[in-house]
Amino acid sequence: MEKTKLEMVVGVFVLIGMVCLVYLSIKLGKLEIIGGAVYEVEAQFNSASGLKPGSAIEIAGVEVGRVRGITLIEDRAKVKLAVNNTVKLYTDTFASIKTRGIIGEKFLALSPGGGGDPLKPGDTIRDTESGLDLEELVSQYVHGKVK
Amino acid sequence: MTNVIERLGAWAVTRVGEMGRMLLFLLSAFAWLARPPLRFHQIMKQIHFIGYRSTFVVVLTAGFTGMVLALQGYYSLRKFGSEGLLGSAVALSMIRELGPVLAALMVTARAGSAMTAEIGIMRITEQIDALDTMAINPMQYLIAPKLVAALIGVPLLVAIFDVVGIYGGSLVGVDLLGVSEGAYWNSVQSAVEWKDVYGGILKSVSFGLIISWVCCYKGFYTRQSAEGLGSATTEAVVLSSVLILVGDYILTSLLL
Repeated sequence: MEKTKLEMVVGVFVLIGMVCLVYLSIKLGKLEIIGGAVYEVEAQFNSASGLKPGSAIEIAGVEVGRVRGITLIEDRAKVKLAVNNTVKLYTDTFASIKTRGIIGEKFLALSPGGGGDPLKPGDTIRDTESGLDLEELVSQYVHGKVK
Repeated sequence: MTNVIERLGAWAVTRVGEMGRMLLFLLSAFAWLARPPLRFHQIMKQIHFIGYRSTFVVVLTAGFTGMVLALQGYYSLRKFGSEGLLGSAVALSMIRELGPVLAALMVTARAGSAMTAEIGIMRITEQIDALDTMAINPMQYLIAPKLVAALIGVPLLVAIFDVVGIYGGSLVGVDLLGVSEGAYWNSVQSAVEWKDVYGGILKSVSFGLIISWVCCYKGFYTRQSAEGLGSATTEAVVLSSVLILVGDYILTSLLL
């Protein structure tokens, strides 16, 4: 086989392979190579149970970002949120952990508010609500704490 | 009685000796790789042979694996009414396990055996000795390009395998069995994490190393006979397949 033709064929093969690899890593694996299109804010919750790095952040059911990291601050969970630059959040933003369906995965729902100043990168969302703990609700009912 | 123990000892010594020779073989191949000249055209030829020419069989295997996974998964998941999870079942088993293992086994069968046979024939017909007399190091000219080509080619083949498999799964799941398209792709997206993709890539690189290492070694030390060549090829395919399956278990348990 001619040298140039061989290199052409190998080039096409490597290109297709790389496209598949990039698709798997970035589209499916959610690897963030290009930063800058998002900004980070923080939120503290009593419990971030079920929330994972990579979980979706939604406003009105539309995905606007992803959870970047969860750490423990004293006895509360500090969640780092990476939100798209196009989305404006204000100081009275309300963040709550919701479940998709009864046994679906957890995600973070935001209602952006409208009053107050816009949130700057690194700011903290103050109004938060932890996820609904089904087991706790059932045990409250069973042990007769519900009047 | 002493005879049995003696034979056991002889067997163990031979095995350990062989393992040591294999390791030295690999180290010397990498050492010769670091030394100029870099045989760029040889590497191209080997990527063409190991990678490009295996694409068809890998795509075929991937398509049918994805389709049968979707079919099986659908009937199990339907019992719990959660057909929506079909996408994540197919994508996770493809990316984490089946992609690397099946693609590596296909490459072993197609390219690994040919590698052993090629090097073995060169050994029997004394072409390797001829290379030596011409002051061309056979490690650098024959073995190193194959190692590099497998390290590049196998991960790319595995990536193609994963993508084709997931599309094959959607072909059966969405178009044939009627899972909603949005549910399928959404569950693929939400289930797969970078950790899974990374594990798959790590596995495919290790399997590429295993294939080229074992197959080149077996070919390089072929005994001087037609039978020797036959048994070298068989041993190469069996040993690399076994090492791939055992290595897959070990890597999975380490990565989890």
